Amino acid sequence: MTNLERSKQRRGFVAIDGAMVLIIILLIIQIWLLSATLETFLAGHTGAVLQAAIFSGLVFLGCLALNLFATRVD
Amino acid sequence: MSLLRSASREPLWKEEFSVFTSDERYVTRRQFAKFLTLVSLGMFVGNLWVLAKAYFAKTPSFPSVEVGEAGEIPVRGVKLFTYPTPKDHCILIRTGEDEYVAYSQKCTHLSCAVYFSAKDDRLECPCHQGFFSVRDGSVLQGPPPRPLPKITLESNGATLLAVGVMES
Repeated sequence: MTNLERSKQRRGFVAIDGAMVLIIILLIIQIWLLSATLETFLAGHTGAVLQAAIFSGLVFLGCLALNLFATRVD
Repeated sequence: MSLLRSASREPLWKEEFSVFTSDERYVTRRQFAKFLTLVSLGMFVGNLWVLAKAYFAKTPSFPSVEVGEAGEIPVRGVKLFTYPTPKDHCILIRTGEDEYVAYSQKCTHLSCAVYFSAKDDRLECPCHQGFFSVRDGSVLQGPPPRPLPKITLESNGATLLAVGVMES
């Protein structure tokens, strides 16, 4: 393996690690969002349920995009 | 489906069923990222489930149910009853000569049954020391996140009727 290939591979690992860290951060936000939504729903308040579902969907799309990036990066 | 697969050129079965034991146990970064993305999908589905529950839940109907006779229990005495369904246990407290309050007996923390402490003039949950005000059901102390649901009472002559549930 040449130095160029090794450097490219190292950059790929860093990119995948970065994507994974971002996915984990998004997941923590999503877990908090789900527990907060459930808590307000059980308290009888349903005003924020739709917004929470939309935001959770956006976070999932973000995770999916990062996963695709991690899958395709060399 | 092909989007979620690893970028390697090997067929999927070769990745999942490696001939080397060490390779079978090895989780690549990409596999882990895929797993995290599936967990994220699960969270999203959970939020959708809450949304569906909120939109398709039936509006509860509260019948008028006789709780007891006024004067049946002494001042600072209690009576247990169920409302609005036989599974929903409630507690009626006579706080004064002509004053009655009623609450759901289910603690808003982990659903233990609360009881009235006449000595301390509060409702107490024995499980995790959650205390509620007997005046309005608000949380005085402990882990409960919400006040106790209050049962709306009406008097029909000498008869006390439960006619509704007021969530916080």
